[in-house]
Amino acid sequence: MDYTLSVLVENHPGVLARISGLLSGRGFNIRSIAAGETEDSTITRIIMVVAGDDRVIDQVKKQLDRLVDVIRITDLTGIPAVDRELALVKVSSTVSRRTEVFQIVDVFRARIVDIAHKSLTVEVTGETEKVEALIEMLKPFGINEIVRTGKISIARGEALKQKEGEDRTHDD
Amino acid sequence: MKMPGAKMVVEALKKEGVEAAFGYPGGTIMPFFDFLHREDIRMILARHEQGAVHAADGYARASGKVGVCVATSGPGATNLVTGIATANMDSIPLVLITGQVPVEMIGNDAFQEADIIGISRPITKHSYLVRNVEDIPRIMKEAFHIARTGRPGPVLIDLPKDVSVAMGDFNYPERVNIRGYNPILNGNSQAIKKAMDLIRSAKRPVIYAGGGVITSEASEELAAFARKTGIPVTLTLMGLGAFPGTDSLFLGMLGMHGTVPANQAACECDLLIAIGARFDDRVTGRLSKFATKAKIVHMDIDPGSIGKNVPVDVPIVGDAREILREMLNSAEPLAIDSWREELMAVKRENPLTYRRDCPVLKPQYVVEKIYELTGGDAIITTEVGQNQMWAAHYFRYDRPRTFLSSGGLGTMGYGFPAAIGAQVAFPDRVVFDIAGDGSIQMKIQELATAVLNELPVNIAILNNGYLGMVRQWQELFFDKAYAFSCLLQRPSCPRHCNNPDEECPPYVPDFVKLAEAYGAVGIRVEHPEDVEGAIREAIGSPRTVILEFLVAREENVFPMVSPGAGINEIMLG
Repeated sequence: MDYTLSVLVENHPGVLARISGLLSGRGFNIRSIAAGETEDSTITRIIMVVAGDDRVIDQVKKQLDRLVDVIRITDLTGIPAVDRELALVKVSSTVSRRTEVFQIVDVFRARIVDIAHKSLTVEVTGETEKVEALIEMLKPFGINEIVRTGKISIARGEALKQKEGEDRTHDD
Repeated sequence: MKMPGAKMVVEALKKEGVEAAFGYPGGTIMPFFDFLHREDIRMILARHEQGAVHAADGYARASGKVGVCVATSGPGATNLVTGIATANMDSIPLVLITGQVPVEMIGNDAFQEADIIGISRPITKHSYLVRNVEDIPRIMKEAFHIARTGRPGPVLIDLPKDVSVAMGDFNYPERVNIRGYNPILNGNSQAIKKAMDLIRSAKRPVIYAGGGVITSEASEELAAFARKTGIPVTLTLMGLGAFPGTDSLFLGMLGMHGTVPANQAACECDLLIAIGARFDDRVTGRLSKFATKAKIVHMDIDPGSIGKNVPVDVPIVGDAREILREMLNSAEPLAIDSWREELMAVKRENPLTYRRDCPVLKPQYVVEKIYELTGGDAIITTEVGQNQMWAAHYFRYDRPRTFLSSGGLGTMGYGFPAAIGAQVAFPDRVVFDIAGDGSIQMKIQELATAVLNELPVNIAILNNGYLGMVRQWQELFFDKAYAFSCLLQRPSCPRHCNNPDEECPPYVPDFVKLAEAYGAVGIRVEHPEDVEGAIREAIGSPRTVILEFLVAREENVFPMVSPGAGINEIMLG
């Protein structure tokens, strides 16, 4: 199963290398990783999707937490959260088939962001499943290139605070 | 006050109370050495950077202080790698300072450039590339703090040459503030209560303690807890000395070369109380046979060690001493007499032993004699392999920080430089490196370091002409094919020789001449009756001494558990 971790780290050079090195060195299986500055410019947030079971994820969290540059790890798995991924998909498309592509893009509420004679580029934002469904629909036209950001997630409303409250009661 | 970066590093060492350091100079680190040699800090010049880092490690293990090691960029830094990994695996506090090429040259494949931060990332607790001279005081303060607190480990500081000559203000911070680093010291009191409930209701409890007890200086608390409750104790290799080896509650070391009572206790117990140990594969053997009937309480300062290999019923994150102190408040004698008697009977019936009735000099006998003639009051370091196991079996360690051995990484060549470090920390104590003829040659050049620094380190080489533990495995698991484990092998030897004869040289090298070449004392011992005199001479000598014992060539370490077997499936010989 896939787990989503939100990891706050120091915004220093080399921190991402520490994280990716630790994950590969200990044989953990990363599906995607997305990093960006937070509201505090000294802190970077990394959203990572990790494959494994509860025990593996427990180790991932504990091992990450051993890194001095890791400030906080939040497990977003199973919490009400908004998940988003952005993909840019370059589709082969001659003039005659453009309308078909447009229709599919419309249904997915995606956008055409570039058109050339032999191809067009679709931008889609949404949950991973939606992105993958659109890619699936575009395959028959011939896909030249896909660029994906990896998933980012944010807990809905106060969902995280509620969960942390529950965790605390379990620990004590 | 403005000063160059390199001087700031030296000032920081003084602020941290560093009395001795180990190292090797070179181009990019020269400014540091230039300032250092004007100070009172004792710098031991090794003959190889790996020797320096192992010596700093031995100094740290023997004294409990942070070991400091300094090397230059490129090859100087890469030569540290094995020593850093050794310290990291055994949670030893080190601060390593490496020179680096100037900042603007980093990444250009400059002369003597190596990305030591990248290379050492998986084997350090933390590391810093210093880009700004003003950061040096904070970085030094943090490095020492991180190295010695929590689960200790090596911290590396990479110091580019331009930064070390740049001028900056030296204001050494009073405290550190690292938001991502807050080790938990006090165990959760609810968890401790749960553990005590389990302990009170246990019928067959056993304490399994490791190096964490030594790190947290919890030996007295451990002994008090075991004696109060009457729970028998087994120790890991790293834990030897954490509980008195001569105590009647001590079952011996457990694991692959564990004693019968220790391994039996670990397999038969109904409660395993793990303290500062990490369920290493050399301890547990096949996991499906290890402590299967037991509830497990696991205390460790590193949450990552808990539940990593074995599911745990009561995890307690914290410092072993703090936790044991709290547990002692509610500890009481347990009604476990029959269990204890059962184990004591097993202990009586299965003492560590070997065949004494032959005229050949036995390596175990040598270790026994070292124990006897030092009265147990010595710091023992080991290399890795058979020598390490015999040193663990036949010397009884009553005090912590007296058995220094590369447990996790298993680094051959560790023992001699570590003995140098231990002797620097304790000039008046008797220090023995119990070595094999294979391991000692990995760091033999440090003889110059020991001799010139007038360190009366004793090296007891158990010379059997083989890489003994490799040979033992070949005998047991590879049809006695001694592939590349004979240290006397020449082109003229038969391909499948496992039976050296008179044609073979008796030993290579001649360790007595080698010792003399370096200005050390060399004594060769071939007969059991000469062992005592030689050891006495070494103990009494103010000089570095090599004792070369020509021992039985094919002696094996027993007890032994085959790799992959349960630790109750013990071969006794």
